[in-house]
Amino acid sequence: MAVLVFADHDNATLKDGTHKTVTAALALSGDVDVLVAGKGAGDVAKAAAGIAGVRKVLHAESDALGQGLAEAISGLIVPLMAGYDALLTPATALGKSFSPRVAAKLDVAQITEVVEVVDGSTFVRPIYAGNALETVQSSDAKKVITVRATNFKAAADGGAASIETIDAGPGAGKTAFVDQQIVKSARPDLTAAKIVVSGGRAMGSAEEFQRVIDPLADKLGAAVGASRAAVDAGYAPNDYQVGQTGKVVAPDLYVAIGISGAIQHLAGMKDSKVIVAINKDGDAPIFQVADLGLVADYKTAVPELMDALAAAGK
Amino acid sequence: MKVLVPVKRVIDYNVKVRVKADQTGVDLANVKMAMNPFCEIAVEEAVRQKEKGAATEVVAVSIGPAQAQETLRTALAMGADRAILIQTDQDLEPLAIAKVLAAIVAEEAPDVVIMGKQAIDGDNNATGQMLSALLGWPQAAFASELALSAGSAKVTREIDGGLQTVEVALPAVITADLRLNEPRYASLPNIMKAKKKPLDVKELSALGVDTAPRLKVLKVAEPPKRSGGVKVENAAAIVSNLKTNGVI
Repeated sequence: MAVLVFADHDNATLKDGTHKTVTAALALSGDVDVLVAGKGAGDVAKAAAGIAGVRKVLHAESDALGQGLAEAISGLIVPLMAGYDALLTPATALGKSFSPRVAAKLDVAQITEVVEVVDGSTFVRPIYAGNALETVQSSDAKKVITVRATNFKAAADGGAASIETIDAGPGAGKTAFVDQQIVKSARPDLTAAKIVVSGGRAMGSAEEFQRVIDPLADKLGAAVGASRAAVDAGYAPNDYQVGQTGKVVAPDLYVAIGISGAIQHLAGMKDSKVIVAINKDGDAPIFQVADLGLVADYKTAVPELMDALAAAGK
Repeated sequence: MKVLVPVKRVIDYNVKVRVKADQTGVDLANVKMAMNPFCEIAVEEAVRQKEKGAATEVVAVSIGPAQAQETLRTALAMGADRAILIQTDQDLEPLAIAKVLAAIVAEEAPDVVIMGKQAIDGDNNATGQMLSALLGWPQAAFASELALSAGSAKVTREIDGGLQTVEVALPAVITADLRLNEPRYASLPNIMKAKKKPLDVKELSALGVDTAPRLKVLKVAEPPKRSGGVKVENAAAIVSNLKTNGVI
């Protein structure tokens, strides 16, 4: 059995999700190749070749691949799959955009956001935003899988795989790239952050949200999140929303400020390793999932928390 | 311009789902059902495109049990012109749904398919992309802004770390992300009007599409429960605890 792993990168650097997806791939087979599809991504290919356990790196270059256009990437991968039994892709926005296309072209199911590899055809994946875990067995000859990278340990570096340059494939067809804006935030990306600080409706206004949540997040080197209630009220932008219909996060530390803990919010953050909640309502459901709960008004508690962090050298 | 909007009936997003004791699935008995939130956004977008004059007809389609007629009536009350139910009691996988939709597209010949990026039950985020691949149409997944014009669509889409704008030739498949719009609530007069709008029901078997499942669900289990936490007296106790446990 040979497995192809799609490398997650931004054309300049290889992302950690690739190492984690290689770990998932190595659970299926010892023959793991990595595909680096990009533009000017030579350093990424070298980095991928350095992942321990990788047999070979396939490197394809074109504008459309570098722009992450789904049609171009799936068009490249589908013919390659003649030589592989499985495709594993990190479940990023990019991975989610092209992987189902590959599955449809191969006439197989996609096995989405796998969190555990049971055996070569059996996988565990979350459904209902992680409120249930489904174990599925695939009857397809080839497996097309997206991987929830946070559930796997990163494969080590120290490998020395060969790099083979391959043809870039058919291009993006009837989709044309216009432009893109990558947010250059000093803060980490919400879904990849080790620490997330989220604010809820208790903030009362967008100004208050920024005044309270942003400095605390910056002190902790954290990403900023928000409850749906805070987003609906206009206190925080939509892409901050953590929850069933927003982003699902699983950081090492999740700090919920003034969030009551509606079911749909809990669904988006309950896999966090440690949850801290500050809320003035002691009966708020957030306390049922919080490891550390403080029943207090955020107006006094957050400044105290800032002081305590400063005293602790943060 | 004709817009086709597939919609799915799912457990209401405010309901706490319960796994059945025999681990065969999630308990759907006597649970409040509703239109999938991302499908609502797709319907809203299609209706807005019609209100703007960019689209002329909005056709909602659902593949599911007889009760999915309620979901379609919601779409009609929001402003869709007519609806189609492909009736089945089978629980279809995204690939099968995409194949059924491809058959409907062949019949209806829409200029654009606008659909939710993901259903909040199976969480697959796959059907739109699969449909695009099967039809050989361009795709614009995770749209947060859409401008339709003759022959093409300019779509701003959510990507890792930011936004990307693409132009796709029509016909195309567009999937809706959270930021595309805020769906309206249907007014009572519109709910009444929706009851009179056409809703065709067809049996899935009549389409002759291969919908055999590819995945066998061996087990559906509850995720490990979080152990009950502690309440602390003050903020300093939070910091000392996090420090002791090496979290910060």
